[in-house]
Amino acid sequence: MPRLIATRAGLGAITLLAVSALIFICTQILPGDVASAVLGPQATPENLRVFRQELGLDQPAYIRYFNWLFGVLHGDFGRSLTNERNIIEELWPRFLNTLFLASYAAVLAVPLGVGLGILSALREGRFSDRFSNIVTLVAISVPEFFVGYILIIVLAIDFPWFPSLATVFEGMGAAERLYVATLPALTLVLVVTAHMLRMTRSSVLSIMSTPYVEMAFLKGLTRTRVIARHALPNAAGPIISVVALDLAYLIVGVVVVENVFVYPGVGQYMVDAVSKRDVPVVQACGLIFAAVFVGLNTVADIASIIVNPRLRHPR
Amino acid sequence: MTLFGHRLPLFAKVGLAIVAINLLVAIFGPWLAPYDQSQSVGDTWAPSSAQMWLGGDQIGRDMLTRLIYGARMTIGIAAATTALSFLIGITLGFTAAVLGKWVDVALSRVVDVMLSIPQLIFALIILGVFGSSIPVLIITIAVLDSTRVFRLARALGMNLTVLEFVEAARLRGEGLWWVIRREILPNAAAPLISEFGLRFCFNFLFVAALSFLGIGVQPPYADWGGMVRDNAPAINFGLWAPLYPALAIATLTVGVNLLVDWLLSIDARPSGAQAEM
Repeated sequence: MPRLIATRAGLGAITLLAVSALIFICTQILPGDVASAVLGPQATPENLRVFRQELGLDQPAYIRYFNWLFGVLHGDFGRSLTNERNIIEELWPRFLNTLFLASYAAVLAVPLGVGLGILSALREGRFSDRFSNIVTLVAISVPEFFVGYILIIVLAIDFPWFPSLATVFEGMGAAERLYVATLPALTLVLVVTAHMLRMTRSSVLSIMSTPYVEMAFLKGLTRTRVIARHALPNAAGPIISVVALDLAYLIVGVVVVENVFVYPGVGQYMVDAVSKRDVPVVQACGLIFAAVFVGLNTVADIASIIVNPRLRHPR
Repeated sequence: MTLFGHRLPLFAKVGLAIVAINLLVAIFGPWLAPYDQSQSVGDTWAPSSAQMWLGGDQIGRDMLTRLIYGARMTIGIAAATTALSFLIGITLGFTAAVLGKWVDVALSRVVDVMLSIPQLIFALIILGVFGSSIPVLIITIAVLDSTRVFRLARALGMNLTVLEFVEAARLRGEGLWWVIRREILPNAAAPLISEFGLRFCFNFLFVAALSFLGIGVQPPYADWGGMVRDNAPAINFGLWAPLYPALAIATLTVGVNLLVDWLLSIDARPSGAQAEM
């Protein structure tokens, strides 16, 4: 098993390398010149030449890629084009903020989603199951910002319990931080829980229709026992991948939600950089998001190898 | 009421009605709208009245008019994107399935790497480099989305290429295109149709989200995501202005989902376990 896990981790690292190359290709090698985009139509050829040299754009692409990658591995993402500041200094505190918001949401959403999913699989076809089916279908169909604004209208305007803007700053106490970030976290929780509930339900139900579960019922075991002893251990693998998928989804949902609540995280930073066409910042944020995404998927794969003995031996 | 020889349950009827109304509004919008889309007819966030049913937007344009014009833009872009994405995804997916060997390996690995970057993040990177315009938006989202279509088309194609009639067509000496078009596509049509609905929903929400973030459709065009963004400050006064376009987005996606849910359920009946794919 350790070898299998090491292989999977190695595969994750290779994926990450490929992803970094893809991001680099998209931002640097595709047609479109950063220098003329930044300096605008008034730039003289002389200006352009100097600026390109400053950015190292006069070197061949693969050298720039390795320089960039080398820098990134040492925590140097380069400088922002618009305000000339060191990207890592701005990125790091925002990354921690985003991580805080995402974990806040995940801590609430994962037990809720998985628990309710199992529950509604157990009560398949009853009123509560059909009701939750419609509610969750609506919740996963509507955009995150709609959920966010509804929460603002209800919980910040009609009943002014929470602030509508999630402003966090350095040196803020943990309790206050949690309080301010409640509405954005709640928005994410609603969307993610609905999705997780549906996926968990369908993976438990697909296990429930297998022959060995039928056998267990025919032996005369109680429904609770069949589910706890026979169905759930086998559903653990799929459920873990559902959770990982949803955590990854959380990473993306965070971009929109941060913009609704003006929360100072990586998502807001990235969107800001995109509208200013600040390529190095976009690159850095993109790499961070992709790394978290790939990391989560790798961890999920390793976790399902650990919980499912059948996956431990490579075929 | 029946469709494709199946009775429509209540939820499917609701879904069908929502989709039909939205399509009609998108097509006949300019004739239905009471005002011009860029005409300022009232105060900022004017309350709803007999002249302006849903009130005004952030610069006093009629909200209802903007919604009607926005339907055309938002639904049009999502439909164009999905169509392009299916064209790319199905062609490459079936090609990979039929040719197999290194073509399949190469395409699948590229898709794997593309899928390991979250779609929204990938789109942000591309739009950050090229800047946002409607063609760039459509092509970017279509290419990103085609990776999912590729996966489905390849899986469907893989199951079909091993069947005798495809073998027979190959032995007759038919070319790649003929096999894809005449043997594989007709047999893979049913799951692809319901997938089209799901992908449309996804792309529609995607365009709306990008416009909401300010990097999708640019002003002066009316589109629903951008309208939510522009009217967002009204929320702090307890006004409903940004909720109308958001509600329009939500209704359409719920409608399409209800319809697709039903399509999937009739699709699943004859062959049981096939629905999971």
